[in-house]
Amino acid sequence: METPIRQRMSGNEAVSEAIRQVNPDVMPAFPITPSTEIPQMVSTFIANGQVDTEFIPVESEHSAMSAAIGSEAAGARTMTATSSAGLALMWEELLLAASNRLPIALTLVNRTLSGPININCDHSDSMGARDTGWIQIYAENNQEVYDNYIQAFPIAEDKRVHLPIMICQDGFITSHAVENIQLLPDAPVKAFVGDYDPEEYLLNPGKPIAIGPYSISAYAMEAKKAQAVAMENAREVILEVAERFYQMSGRKYGFFESYRMEDAEYCMLLIGSAAGTAKEAVDELREQGFKVGVLKIRVFRPFPEKEIAEALKGCKAVAIMDRVESYNGCCGPLGSEVTAGLFRNKVMIETVCYTYGLAGRDFTTTHVKEIFGALKALVEEGKPIPHNQYIGLRTRS
Amino acid sequence: MKNTLEIRWHGRGGQGAKTAALLLADVAFTAGKNVQGFPEYGPERMGAPITAFNRISADPIRVHSNIYEPDFVAVVDETLLVSVDVTDGLSKDGAIIINTPKSAEEIKPLLRGYEGRVITIDARGISEQTLGKNFPNTPMLAAMAAVTGVMEKDDFFREMQASFAHKFAKKPQVIEGNMKALQMAYEVAESA
Amino acid sequence: MRTDATKINEKTPYEDLTEGLMMFAGGTAKEFMTGEWRTDTPIFLKEKCRQCLLCVPTCPDGCIPVMDGKRLAFDYDHCKGCGICYKNCPFGAIEMREGAEAPKE
Repeated sequence: METPIRQRMSGNEAVSEAIRQVNPDVMPAFPITPSTEIPQMVSTFIANGQVDTEFIPVESEHSAMSAAIGSEAAGARTMTATSSAGLALMWEELLLAASNRLPIALTLVNRTLSGPININCDHSDSMGARDTGWIQIYAENNQEVYDNYIQAFPIAEDKRVHLPIMICQDGFITSHAVENIQLLPDAPVKAFVGDYDPEEYLLNPGKPIAIGPYSISAYAMEAKKAQAVAMENAREVILEVAERFYQMSGRKYGFFESYRMEDAEYCMLLIGSAAGTAKEAVDELREQGFKVGVLKIRVFRPFPEKEIAEALKGCKAVAIMDRVESYNGCCGPLGSEVTAGLFRNKVMIETVCYTYGLAGRDFTTTHVKEIFGALKALVEEGKPIPHNQYIGLRTRS
Repeated sequence: MKNTLEIRWHGRGGQGAKTAALLLADVAFTAGKNVQGFPEYGPERMGAPITAFNRISADPIRVHSNIYEPDFVAVVDETLLVSVDVTDGLSKDGAIIINTPKSAEEIKPLLRGYEGRVITIDARGISEQTLGKNFPNTPMLAAMAAVTGVMEKDDFFREMQASFAHKFAKKPQVIEGNMKALQMAYEVAESA
Repeated sequence: MRTDATKINEKTPYEDLTEGLMMFAGGTAKEFMTGEWRTDTPIFLKEKCRQCLLCVPTCPDGCIPVMDGKRLAFDYDHCKGCGICYKNCPFGAIEMREGAEAPKE
């Protein structure tokens, strides 16, 4: 195991540090708050001669992802960074990157999608892109976004996968918060990620390829199925890469983190930085003998449905927390998919879906405790909880 | 939870309250602590009230919410006392540090009945005297270090010297003035 | 692995198609006999041709081969019979005949 380097930095600095260590070949990017610092820092690394990445300053995110597709297809290890409306402007290309099976790494700093126009965190950008065929991995803090980024290319470039990957962190909450972090030395990180050596690529003299061909209906559905299988294959690859990362760093990763779940009767299931807040509250409640736990989703695509159902089957009730409004009159994407997964796997526990933290609305340990209290009252006293409640909302009542 | 020191900074966009929070996180980190330093972003405008936060602890910090019941508060611009409830949730066992040439007694009536310690420091005066310019965050940082005792005095000055040597590598002539500003502010806050 | 385009067709199971339907091979259009689409057929009248070569770049399918500065006979395996060459020839050296049948020779 490598000796860690004790440091402190923001989430944006942490992911930039990982980019410096990985030294990708090409980075087309267009700045947008709160991810702007990432292309800034990479540009500085380039100016200082610390990396030999080719930076392409493009005129929009649509062009950034288009250039990333061209560059990756040409045979270059390619990455970009964006947030919010930037991801939205990439939409069409996100699907092309995936269907053309290009292992591009996008570091996303989650920010709400307008409107109302707002620069702060929620997950509406990446959750909106959940069905574009990208692998999605989320981080609780600067450490996790650093670690996840180092694992990104080995997952995406694996022959069984060949899919683009989105490494997400919460805008401002982690991207702009300076916190302690354990970095890894450059050499083992470089060895871990390895050189990019695609078998087939466009700029390969004597071995021409055609990429992104028109496919008639007799072929297109087969292509989509093959892409879906690649996403399924990503499951085992994500776990293999996590194991290899554990050997190097001593830090364990899986599809999700189960915190104090062994004997938990009540669970809060959520994604991202709020998980730390939930853990803190869980520790306090545990001291009072309240059997509560946290299930923090790390990998949302591919969705670990069976594993989540297995992890929750001993619980009496689970609060499923979405940091996004789906406007479906029901609940957010995590709520929909987790409840469907529980049903399919015959885990018939109480589920309550909540919406929280939209557009940077703060989420505190007090909120967590209130929710656990409500779950308990539901199970023990039959006190109903209105479905799909907002947390931290001002109301008349 | 209360192994963790929680600090809230109030300033105006462009005055360096966020920088002060990040600098405090930095020195506490070098002293071996677990730290958090983060701003709350509103509309990013020069002069608009902004808030920044610190958590400092011997244990790993996991909470990712703002601070509502701080142990200490720093106010980088005294004009904020009128428009912002700077003592909101502030522990009465803690303290508030305010950048003003006025005395604590003169300021207290503006603090909406706050019962804890009030420390005033003429950060602007100190800055203008030592640096020739109004950079109030440097003296405010020293005052916060002195009042919270987040680290040993010698360690604080050693780490700040190193930090300035790095930050001002291309204009070392300003290091001495910055160190002087820290010392003056530290002493004022220490004896307050 | 390079792709053998002749082994892929509308009956191929999804597992045996290429990744992203990419073609890991060059010049595969040659294997695709678009000449079958033809309902009218251009005929090259060699004696009227002045070898101006105007027909060559106007052919959308590249079906007029050139060697040593002179055009050769049509590539009927791929010619779709669109008639653009016929319309462009200033010397009446190309005529269109009804039917798909290519002249023997």
